[in-house]
Amino acid sequence: MSKKDYNWQLKSTLRILKEILFWAAGIWLFIYCWNIISARTIWPFVYDGAEQGSKLLMRMFPPNWPYFIDLLRPIWDTITIATLGTLAAILLSLFVAFLAAENTSPHPLLRQLALLIIVTSRSVSSLIWAIILVIILGPGVLAGIIAISLRSVGFVSKLLYESIEEIDREQVEAVEATGASKFSALIYSVVPQVFPSFVGTAVYRWDINIRESTVVGLVGAGGIGLQLNEAILGLKWPDAIIIFMMILSLVLFSELFSAKIRKTLI
Amino acid sequence: MLTESSGNYSWQRPHLIKNKNKRAIIYLLAAAYIIFTFISLKIDSQRIILGLSRSQKYFADFLRPDFISRWNSIVDGILESLTMTYVATVFGIIISIPFAFGAAENISPKPIYYLSRAVIVISRSFQEVVIAIFFVVVIGFGPMAGVLTLTFSSIGFLSKLLAEEIEDIDWTQVEAVKATGASWPQLMTYAILPQILPRFIGLSVYRLDINFRASAVIGVVGAGGIGTTLNAAFDRYEFDSASAILIVMIAIVLLGELFSSFIRKKIK
Repeated sequence: MSKKDYNWQLKSTLRILKEILFWAAGIWLFIYCWNIISARTIWPFVYDGAEQGSKLLMRMFPPNWPYFIDLLRPIWDTITIATLGTLAAILLSLFVAFLAAENTSPHPLLRQLALLIIVTSRSVSSLIWAIILVIILGPGVLAGIIAISLRSVGFVSKLLYESIEEIDREQVEAVEATGASKFSALIYSVVPQVFPSFVGTAVYRWDINIRESTVVGLVGAGGIGLQLNEAILGLKWPDAIIIFMMILSLVLFSELFSAKIRKTLI
Repeated sequence: MLTESSGNYSWQRPHLIKNKNKRAIIYLLAAAYIIFTFISLKIDSQRIILGLSRSQKYFADFLRPDFISRWNSIVDGILESLTMTYVATVFGIIISIPFAFGAAENISPKPIYYLSRAVIVISRSFQEVVIAIFFVVVIGFGPMAGVLTLTFSSIGFLSKLLAEEIEDIDWTQVEAVKATGASWPQLMTYAILPQILPRFIGLSVYRLDINFRASAVIGVVGAGGIGTTLNAAFDRYEFDSASAILIVMIAIVLLGELFSSFIRKKIK
C-alpha cells in the first residue's frame, strides 16, 4: 500500500478478524446455554407468566394499610441487623486487613490465611451464612447480625488492605524517624492515610447490608424477611405489597443517608 | 502540668468532628443506640449452648468435605448456575444499554430520564432473593425464574453505572467528530462508544461475577442453580456435601476473579 491512498481505520484487519471470532464464540455459547435452560423450563407456565403476574398484582390491591404498624418492629430489627453486622465486620476487618496488606503483614503465612478468609467471606452470600447460623444459634436477630458481618468482613477487608498497600511510605518513615514505636507509627501515619476511604467503604457496605438484611429473615434470621415469607406462603398479597413498599422506602432512605454521611465526612 | 500557654503547646491529633459539643452529642447518641439495640436483642443463651454442643458434629462434617456422594448433582447444579449466569448477563447487558442512555442526564429528554431512573431504582432496591420469590410465584420453579431474576437485577446495576459513565464523557471529542460532518451512527461509533466501551466491558465482567454468586442464593427459594443443591444438602443436614459445594463455589469465584482481572488488564 502506497502512502498516498492510506485510509485511516479504527481497527486493523487482524483485530477485526479476532473480534469476529470472539463474538461468534460468545453467541455460540449463549445459544448452547439457552438450550440447556430451555430444556429445563416448563414453557406453558412461562407463556402464562404475564397473566399470572398481572393477576398477582391485582390481588395485592387494596393494600392492607393497617399492617404497616405491625411492620415497625421488623423494620427496626432489619436496621439493627445491618448496623450491628457492619460494626462487627469493621472491627474484624481491621485485623484481617492489617494481616493481608503486603506492607504491614507480620508473616507471609498469616497473609495467605487472611486472604483465604477474605475470599471465603466474599464468595458465600449472607443468606447461606444465615442458614448455617440459624441451625447453630437458633432463629433470631443474632444469627442475622453474625451472617451479615461474616459476609461483610471480606468486602471491607479487601478494600481496606488495598488502600493500606497504596499508602505513602515517606509519611511512615517521617513518623518513625521521630522515634515513634511501631504501634504509634501505625496510628499516626498509616491510619490517617487510609481513614477517609475506609469510612467510605464502611458506609457503602452498611447501605448494601440494609438490602441484604431484608432477606436473611426468609431463613429465620430475623428482620422483615420473616414477615415476607409468612405473607407469601400464606398468599396474603395485600400484606406483601405493604412489605415491598416498606423495603423500598427503607432502601431509599439508607441510600440518601449514606450519601449524606459520605459527603460530610470525606 | 500542661498549661494552655503557647510556650508548651502539645500537639494533638485532629478530631473527626471539630465542634466539641457536637462531637459529644454524636458519640453519646451512637453509644446509646448500640447499648439499646444490644438490650433489645433477646439473646437466648441456653439455645446457643444447646446449638453449639449439637453443632460439633456439623463442624466436624464441615472440615471433611464430601465431594463424592453428591458429585453428580453438584456438577449439574454448577453447570445450571453457570448457564443461568451467562444467559442472564447477556440479556442484562442488551436491555441495560437503552436504559443507560435514557438515564444519562446529558443526552436524554426529561420524561425518558425519569422513567429510566425509576426502573433503575426499583431494580436496585430489591435484593435478588425477593425478586426471585416473585418470579418463582409467577412462572414456577426452575432456572428460567433464575434467569429472569438475574436479568432484572443486572439491568439496574449496569444501567446506573453506565449512565454515570455517559454523563462523564468528554464533549469536545464528540464535537470534533461532529465537525468532520459525521452522521449520527458514525458519531456513536467514533466519538461516544470508544469513550464508554472499556468501562462497560469492565462492568459487564464484574456483573458476571456478581450474578454467579447470586445464582447460588436464589436457588434457596427455588429459582434453580447450585443453590437448589445447596439448600437440599442443608435440609438433609448433610454438612459434608454442603461444605464441598461451598468449596467448589469459592474455587469458581476465584477463577472468575482471575478472568476478570485478566480482561480488565487487556482493555486498559
